[in-house]
Amino acid sequence: MKKASVLMIIGPLLLLGLYFFPLWNIMLGAPQYPEPLGMNIHITGIQGVSEFDLQNIDGLNHYIGMKVIPKPEDMWEFTVFPYVIGGMVALGVIIGIFGLMHKVSYKWFLGWFILMSILGILGMYDFNAWLLDYGSNLDPHAIIKVVNPDGTPMTYKPPLLGYQKMLNFDVTSLPHTGAYMMFIGMMLTVVAFFVGKKAIKPKTPLS
Amino acid sequence: MKKINYSILALLGLVMVFTSCNDSGKKSSNGALASNNAEKVYVAPGEQDEFYAFMSGGYSGNLTVYGLPSGRMFKEIPVFSQFPTSGYGYSEETKPMLNTSFGFVPWDDSHHPDISQTNGELDGRWIFINGNNTPRIARISLSTFETEEIIELPNSAGNHSSSFITENTEYVVAGTRFSVPVPQRDMPINEYKGNFKGALSFVSVDPEDGRLDLKFQIMMPGFNYDLSHPGRGKSHGWFFFTTYNTEEANSLLEVNASQNDKDFIAAINWKKIEEYVNNGGGTKMPANYAHNVYSDETHTATSTMEKEVLTVDPTKVPGAVYFLPTPKSPHGCDVDPTGNYIIGNGKLSADLTVHSFDKMLAAIDGKKFDGEAYGIPILKFDDVLAGTVKSGGLGPLHTEFDGKGNAYTTFFISSEVVKWKLGTWEVIDRKPTYYSVGHLMIPGGNSAKPFGKYVVAMNKITKDRYLPTGPELEHSAQLYDITGDKMELIYDFPTHGEPHYAAGIPAEILAPKSQKIYKLAENKHPMATLGVNDARVERKGNEVHVYMAMIRSHFTPDNIEGIKVGDKVYFHITNHEQDFDVPHGFAMIGANNSELLIMPGQTKSLVWEPKEVGVWPFYCTDFCSALHQEMQGYVRVSPANSNIDLSWSLGE
Repeated sequence: MKKASVLMIIGPLLLLGLYFFPLWNIMLGAPQYPEPLGMNIHITGIQGVSEFDLQNIDGLNHYIGMKVIPKPEDMWEFTVFPYVIGGMVALGVIIGIFGLMHKVSYKWFLGWFILMSILGILGMYDFNAWLLDYGSNLDPHAIIKVVNPDGTPMTYKPPLLGYQKMLNFDVTSLPHTGAYMMFIGMMLTVVAFFVGKKAIKPKTPLS
Repeated sequence: MKKINYSILALLGLVMVFTSCNDSGKKSSNGALASNNAEKVYVAPGEQDEFYAFMSGGYSGNLTVYGLPSGRMFKEIPVFSQFPTSGYGYSEETKPMLNTSFGFVPWDDSHHPDISQTNGELDGRWIFINGNNTPRIARISLSTFETEEIIELPNSAGNHSSSFITENTEYVVAGTRFSVPVPQRDMPINEYKGNFKGALSFVSVDPEDGRLDLKFQIMMPGFNYDLSHPGRGKSHGWFFFTTYNTEEANSLLEVNASQNDKDFIAAINWKKIEEYVNNGGGTKMPANYAHNVYSDETHTATSTMEKEVLTVDPTKVPGAVYFLPTPKSPHGCDVDPTGNYIIGNGKLSADLTVHSFDKMLAAIDGKKFDGEAYGIPILKFDDVLAGTVKSGGLGPLHTEFDGKGNAYTTFFISSEVVKWKLGTWEVIDRKPTYYSVGHLMIPGGNSAKPFGKYVVAMNKITKDRYLPTGPELEHSAQLYDITGDKMELIYDFPTHGEPHYAAGIPAEILAPKSQKIYKLAENKHPMATLGVNDARVERKGNEVHVYMAMIRSHFTPDNIEGIKVGDKVYFHITNHEQDFDVPHGFAMIGANNSELLIMPGQTKSLVWEPKEVGVWPFYCTDFCSALHQEMQGYVRVSPANSNIDLSWSLGE
């Protein structure tokens, strides 16, 4: 149980990487942009990969009527997410410590993982909803209006994950360091659950 | 006279001999290896060149930037000439760059670029170039590729033995080609001899920001100081100038300045003179010369008139200046990478004279003088001579080095490049040029560390090399691969203006630090419009100042009313883009100057004096975006006596 509890403490601590590294990254390359423009999505806000990328993405997006990339204060998520992550780290570490003190069973480890997964899925859902709104809620007076072959207006929702061609841009959207650290951290809590479970088992025949 | 006529005949004879030699050379250069040569110069689409080549513009007054080996031209950097393409010399900010003691001089003749060095090696911070006609030296940034500073040189005329830098860019050195009365005064021309002076100017370069300062001028005898180069390595601290017209003729120089069998190379121990000056030596004399400095933070130049110059009489500094007799009106003065050999390219000769720095020092120590000229000791020719290159060519002008012990000399009259070996003086190879080559350039070829892969020959005569374009042609350049024993002609390309000298540098030194934009947040132009909310129009009497912003694809404001005939309208325009390679242009109908081409983050100003009532358009001249054609605006011009208030708007 000691080994499992230590893993349960380390796992949630890896989520702290989200405060230092981007969660997600979207790169936009085009014939005119051999060095692609890019945005890094942090839990605290969106930043350009290079100094003026956000300004330049906004500059290009104004042609197709997209809203400007939100500032941290424009979206509640950037205020709430840091607290949610902080809370989950604290909760996970406390569960791990209680595990060390044999005050909680290994099942709590899985409980934390399930809660974190639900929050993660909600977060992804929310992120996707923003991308959808950002890419399709366009200014009706946009300079360039492109229609799909079926006559519906073309929208510009960047992919949640993977590659997509959008007009002249090649858009690639992938998790970044923060997300990978979170993923590893969450997996460690699952390992903690199984290690904890295994540590209990040999004792059962004796009891 | 008789002797001269005889030698001219001999020259003509030799020209014919070598013309026929060239013909046979030409055939072999178009041989079976041609396809191999194509590969050597082929820079595939998307690939980049290995070297930058900065070629002087000659009578364009500018500096052009090429790639080697492709011969593609990347940019023309305006230096001494107005350049309507960007508005240089027309915009309010850059007009002061062309200010001189003669007033606004919109043109010059630029000759010899030289890249800054540290320990004798190219460091790629700045490039310097001389204005020949109205003597000036310019410093160009090699991160923005823009002219940052121009200093005028007093007491100088025909600023030709310039602008060459010392081993650590301590000085950029500029010698006068024409000697003149100093100070200038009203006197008979034929009293030249003994009365005119030749000023050699030492302009110090601040190691931090490159700022120029005319530290001292050596007032030499009234010869013509033709070309120069610094000592390096063991000869660091010395500077060498070729002279001609030691006869001090003032008319029909082609004959009268060709009488002496030998002219001089002047060897100047500038460290000694610097020490003399630092200890309070020299004479301050009144002067009047312009010092123009451009800031890439304010995007504005200022011009200051300097009123004094420190002059040095070389005879007052013992051991500082010597004359090395050098045959036949030497032109180029080149120092090999070790600093030991000083090559005098005697332009009316078939041979090259090579002096030895070591022998020169020994002769000075032994006080073996052959008289003196105006109090300056003349060393004995045989005491300083290292060797003679019996080239077999005619009219040697300039020599460069490959860093592997070889030298390459151009021959104007016989139109060829000759490769020879330092020390043994034997000729290794010769290749024709097309036609009548002036300078040649090996990247770093006049530094302690040449990059001996290519030599570029820059020719004075083009004739049939390219498709004909009427009587006036661009100049021609040839590129030779010099990695083997024999030179191989691999490419031929036209060059803009009249390149004299050029300077080359590996792309890997410069390309990474080439600036992409100017940061708007660092724009300190007093007339900048940093936010669109600051865009406005203000009237001060009949001066109207338009503070305008531009971004894809509109001007703010784009409708202006309340301007009157007789107003002087200043457009101060700031490009709000912060994206690489998104300049915007500005052109106003009827403006009597030029357009403005404004880089991201930059502010430029243009004056427009409307002469007629009406509604007059302006537009962006650089196809900036898909909505470029929409990037336009109108100015309403009312009669002088109208009382329409100033107003401005965008999108209303």
